[in-house]
Amino acid sequence: MPKAVAITGNEAVAEAMRQLNPDVVAAYPITPQTEIVQIFSTFVADGLVHTEFVPVESEHSALSAVVGASAAGARAMTATSSQGLALMWEVLNIASGMRLPIVMPVVNRALSAPINIHCDHSDTMGARDSGWVQIYSENVQEAYDNVIQAVRIAEHPDVRLPVMVMMDGFIISHGMETVTLLEDDVVKRFVGEYRPEHSLLDVDHPVTFGALDFADWYFEHKRQESDAEAGVSQVVISVAEDFARISGRRYGLFEEYMLDDAEIAVVALNSTAGTVKEVVDALRSDGVKAGLLKLRLFRPFPHRDVLSALRHVKAIAVLDRADTYSTMGGPLFIDIRNVMYDMPGPRIVNYIYGLGGRDIDLDEINKVFEDLKDIATTGKVGAPVTYLGVRE
Amino acid sequence: MSTLKEGTADVGIAREEPKGWRDVPTGGLITEAGNAMEYETGDWRTFRPVWHKDRCIQCLFCWVYCPDSAVEVRDGKVVGIDYKHCKGCGICANECPPKVRAIKMELESEAAGEGAAGNEGGGKDNA
Repeated sequence: MPKAVAITGNEAVAEAMRQLNPDVVAAYPITPQTEIVQIFSTFVADGLVHTEFVPVESEHSALSAVVGASAAGARAMTATSSQGLALMWEVLNIASGMRLPIVMPVVNRALSAPINIHCDHSDTMGARDSGWVQIYSENVQEAYDNVIQAVRIAEHPDVRLPVMVMMDGFIISHGMETVTLLEDDVVKRFVGEYRPEHSLLDVDHPVTFGALDFADWYFEHKRQESDAEAGVSQVVISVAEDFARISGRRYGLFEEYMLDDAEIAVVALNSTAGTVKEVVDALRSDGVKAGLLKLRLFRPFPHRDVLSALRHVKAIAVLDRADTYSTMGGPLFIDIRNVMYDMPGPRIVNYIYGLGGRDIDLDEINKVFEDLKDIATTGKVGAPVTYLGVRE
Repeated sequence: MSTLKEGTADVGIAREEPKGWRDVPTGGLITEAGNAMEYETGDWRTFRPVWHKDRCIQCLFCWVYCPDSAVEVRDGKVVGIDYKHCKGCGICANECPPKVRAIKMELESEAAGEGAAGNEGGGKDNA
């Protein structure tokens, strides 16, 4: 029987990793991800997993070791946050370019400077174009479920790309929730044994990974990578269907909350979506047709599905917990507005909020919906980009 | 050598049309051992080493030092340069003992008469 337990996001992710029992984990601790590595290394020390655990000296080394292990045919994982992810930057593109199905939980934390350990999405948005699949999780349950599904997505023959699974630093990583865990053998059967198509250790079929690739072939390989990204959505959906059969919990490319008949709607990632749901509930009880689109798959961007989910909405507010410094809004806003460009209907505005762990509360989200009501009524947008919750 | 194999590259020598992106190995993988032979780097050359058989003392220094295994040796003796793979780095000429100087670097455009800038290849021409 599945069991309900009260655990934090980090504990849930470490538990998922124990159940996944990867061949290799190379990781370096960084706040707020530290507990994942700490708890997992305890599992290793206690003999609860068969994992070769490599306590490396940096995140650059962590991902490098995982890349090598994955090329050698291992199911390999790591986990990181913020500066750690930034230090992996060089290797991120190597992992995706070599089409290695690595799974990496990332606990979202603001990038320096100024130095800060709390949540925003500047770290993973910085890895937006690295070729990794990016899946965002609202709460502890989703973080646990997404890490398990990520293995199947990454290793799918039509994908073979690395996957990051995100949760909000401290808010989720250190927040305790009631979570339903799967049985060990159920997880084991769900992910199955990893059978790589090619492996450095398969001496009967020798291959070279990471060879020089000049102007005569590089472009073809990158075009092929982009094509693989185009197939990710379908795999995410089919893995979610399989996951629903073992867990009873349904996932998609995004969650539509009261969105069917919504006239005004918010688009958000991660834990803030939970707060938005509270506001939507309150507005609905007052007869306001408010809704939420909570994106789960951010890279590759499920543009066709997002378009059909939002096309009927009169006014949309995109909440971004990161800035692009383009002075044209946050990364999610840019994608949503791009998707909706050919639609004559919806007006779209952006709110950049919560940088460095600044809380976003119900009143602020209420204010966003108030703005949307005005925009939906008048059709007029004042400032397209607003910094929400910053002191003037 | 008539067909282009998976994971190899063609530097523009007339052979089969190179594969499109749908047909190349995933992730830049090379799926066949030892196929660096098929990647012809000879047209990278600006200077070409010209080997003079009459001066050569067969010390094999050039063969030892060549980073591209482009010095052709048969029965323990240097017989020429593999111009399909020689990149023209000049290490062979540098390592050839000063009193011998059996390998001289010449501008590709001025070397060996017609077609010198091309890649007709084969050390036998020089042997």
